[in-house]
Amino acid sequence: MLRKIRICLQVVMMTLVTLLLLHIGFEVHNWAAWVAKIQFLPALMALNFGVLAVLIVCALLFGRMYCSVVCPLGIMQDIFSWIGGKVKKNRFSYAKENKWLRYGFFAVFAILLIIGFAPVTTLFAPYSAYGRIVNSLFKPLYDLLNNWLAGMDAANDRYNFTEVQVWTRSVTTFVVALLTLIILGGLAIWKGRIYCNSICPVGTTLSFFSRFSLFKVRFDESKCKHCGMCEKNCKAQAIDFKNGKVDYSRCVVCGDCLDKCKFDALHYTAKKPVAASKPVDTERRAFLVGAAVAGTSAALAQTQMKVDGGLAVIEDKVAPKRETPLTPPGSISAKHMQRHCTACQLCVSSCPNNVLRPSTDLMHFMQPTMSFERGYCRPECTMCSHVCPAGAIKPITREEKTSIHLGHAVWVKENCVVLTDGVTCGNCARHCPTGAIQMIDYEGPNGTVQVPAIDENKCIGCGACENLCPARPFSAIYVEGNEMHHIS
Amino acid sequence: MGGAAVATSVVLSACKNNDESPVIAKNVIDGQGEMTYRTNPNSGDKVSLLGYGMMRLPVEGGGTFRDHPDANIDQEMVNEQVDYALEHGINYFDTSPAYCKGLSERSTGIALSRHPRNSYYIATKLSNFSPSTWSREASQAMFENSLKELQTDYIDYLLLHSIGGNTNDLDSHQLFNTRFIDNGILDWLVEQKKAGRIRNLGFSYHGDVDIFDMLLQWHDEGKYHWDFVQIELNYLDWKYADELNTRNTDAKYLYEALHSRGIPGVIMEPLLGGRLASLPDHIVKQMQEREPESPVARWAFRFAGTPEGILTVLSGMTYMEHLKQNVVTYSPLRPISEEENAFLMKIAEEIVELPLVPCTACNYCMPCPYGLNIPAIFAYYNSSVTEGKMPTGGPEAKEYWEARKRFLIGYDRNIPALRQANHCIGCNQCAPHCPQNIEIPKQLHRIDDYVEQLKQI
Repeated sequence: MLRKIRICLQVVMMTLVTLLLLHIGFEVHNWAAWVAKIQFLPALMALNFGVLAVLIVCALLFGRMYCSVVCPLGIMQDIFSWIGGKVKKNRFSYAKENKWLRYGFFAVFAILLIIGFAPVTTLFAPYSAYGRIVNSLFKPLYDLLNNWLAGMDAANDRYNFTEVQVWTRSVTTFVVALLTLIILGGLAIWKGRIYCNSICPVGTTLSFFSRFSLFKVRFDESKCKHCGMCEKNCKAQAIDFKNGKVDYSRCVVCGDCLDKCKFDALHYTAKKPVAASKPVDTERRAFLVGAAVAGTSAALAQTQMKVDGGLAVIEDKVAPKRETPLTPPGSISAKHMQRHCTACQLCVSSCPNNVLRPSTDLMHFMQPTMSFERGYCRPECTMCSHVCPAGAIKPITREEKTSIHLGHAVWVKENCVVLTDGVTCGNCARHCPTGAIQMIDYEGPNGTVQVPAIDENKCIGCGACENLCPARPFSAIYVEGNEMHHIS
Repeated sequence: MGGAAVATSVVLSACKNNDESPVIAKNVIDGQGEMTYRTNPNSGDKVSLLGYGMMRLPVEGGGTFRDHPDANIDQEMVNEQVDYALEHGINYFDTSPAYCKGLSERSTGIALSRHPRNSYYIATKLSNFSPSTWSREASQAMFENSLKELQTDYIDYLLLHSIGGNTNDLDSHQLFNTRFIDNGILDWLVEQKKAGRIRNLGFSYHGDVDIFDMLLQWHDEGKYHWDFVQIELNYLDWKYADELNTRNTDAKYLYEALHSRGIPGVIMEPLLGGRLASLPDHIVKQMQEREPESPVARWAFRFAGTPEGILTVLSGMTYMEHLKQNVVTYSPLRPISEEENAFLMKIAEEIVELPLVPCTACNYCMPCPYGLNIPAIFAYYNSSVTEGKMPTGGPEAKEYWEARKRFLIGYDRNIPALRQANHCIGCNQCAPHCPQNIEIPKQLHRIDDYVEQLKQI
């Protein structure tokens, strides 16, 4: 019964989290956003004490049920473990807890979290790890499906699906996600929940409470025939049937053992506390991060004699090097982002303008950063601020957005087509939503021309100018980040 | 003005085939007889009233060259359609070295060279638009190349292509002199005519009417003789050309100027780039109530072919179906009656009221150096207006949101993001090439502002 309930909840939770992370539309967010908000680390980052209190109370009452039915990474490992079980039955055995690895890693994690060193915290946050897998690996597939449907729609003059760009926002994050999937999948097939019980900081945190939980899986010594089926099917490797003990710091309350026991010797009850077995060593495993270099593509421009028709080749834009990274409006500052973001990629998935992408910078590893090669932060959009479960991007309104100066535009004379191509332009000024750019007279080598002048006081750093600048591959006007967003 | 228009449209049965026009009792019964022919008084050529414009050729994989500028011309289809055209009496084929990225002449040459040279007339042009072709040598080379591409040693109808235009630096007189006078090329062409390499010499006109008047004055003075002149004529341009664009001239004026001098007119843009074939529902309804079985385009073709002294009406027929439909329309021509003329003038009045961009998708503006697909943007905008798909009723109305969504999604579907109006920097390199004198950057900015305002709601 416990197992059946657990599986039902897992199916519901996994579906909701995956749909949310795929961002199949803001409608989903309206009724599924809570599944992200109840995740432990995002709640901690958002200082959402209500959620934290509920999660801890649940652990004190029911054990580490969170790891079974709330954490999407845990559910994902269960799927792999279930596949492993199809190949080889009764494959687990009790293993001692690896205290050094478990608590040592936890201590390091806690310190890094407090000092705000992002790469490690974002890498090991379980919900975020799953978020990256969905965003990097599943989302492109979903987008391809969407584009196929959009194609069908277009052919039938329907307007339900809009074609979207399918692109890898960060090769590094893609590799991290792929390695996470492969390593955790492999580990789950081989040793069940070993990651959750030796590395995962949330698992370790909850283990402090689950030891004392009211409801527990308990042995009825009088019925136990010492067949060992419970231990062989415990993916947490937490049951020591010879001694009739369960390591409650590692038990994730999946209920498999209850179903496997033919003699009704195991019960999930609140009855009479029985002394828990002492935590023992487990094997250790950690996973590595690969790195890759993002490639850029450039196309050749061509010139033709004047004949009618044809389309000019458009060279891809290349991101400029920004001294200060850009973080979305609502994130207050790069520092605030760094301290609160768990890099779950929900904002990246939800950005309709292809602006957000995971950072490759080590100090902001995989946390969202903005760039404007494919679009700009449009004035009517506040999507990312509303989806963030960790409070790294605080909810803002459209009106508030117009007063948040996340960066300021900088003109690069050398690239400006007014000077390089000898044409009149002003596309940046024409598209600036705050009127921060004016075209002014400038003495160029071939006489007076009109070039952009930026009023930094008015510039909010939305990137319209950078995105719509005709200079390619490098724009002649680009946005430099503000250390802390200015509010006017 | 309206009275004069009617007057010209009734004086039409000079051509013998019109005598055989069936009396129409109720529905339309076109295509019962032979193609209508008109005679060129200068050369005696008997020219089919329907001429084949080779500017909008079909491409492999379907569609038109305009929508798929990187595709190859579907030569097999061109051959088939040219064969059909010749079989059904069409004998005038109009091309230019500039059409279809310069590939139209070759394609036309391939298709026509499969038939006896005396079974058709070839019209091509001196399209020396680019400064690199303004020199005498380059212009001569362009003419010689036309002969080579068209696989012939003479051109039946040669036109100075698109006189009346200007550039950012040169006004219309300066540009005309630079292209045709200063380099002596017009005199050279007259020599070529004497040598029999050109049978009829004329010009096609768009833009500044001063140039048009000047050239006709030369004709009157005997300085140059024009065997024919190509003008834009349709029931919208007849009276409303300057309402659509102040730099344009009413077709009525142009036609009467030619007719009074006995210069045969070749008609281009009878459908105004297809716009008169796709009209708003309420206008289509009026037309179909009169003639339920006629396609709306037929009204425009009949109008263009009706005035006396029109040698041929050019239609850029991409598809076989267009060709067949037009053959029916002109076999024989059923002239527009006085009453029908009044009806079309009323329709024109209604169309002029719509906020359309008078683009005919000729592609002369392309390629835009900054990658925009200018004709596609205008075509999408125009079709949204004429089909009544623009969001109306304001944000309070439910239909508004539905229409807004359709408009924005449709915009992305029809024009890739990087080729949309928001990338127009206003460099104005396109505008001088536009035969309709559209202020292209201004129109693009207007559409961009509209899209931006829709997005921000």
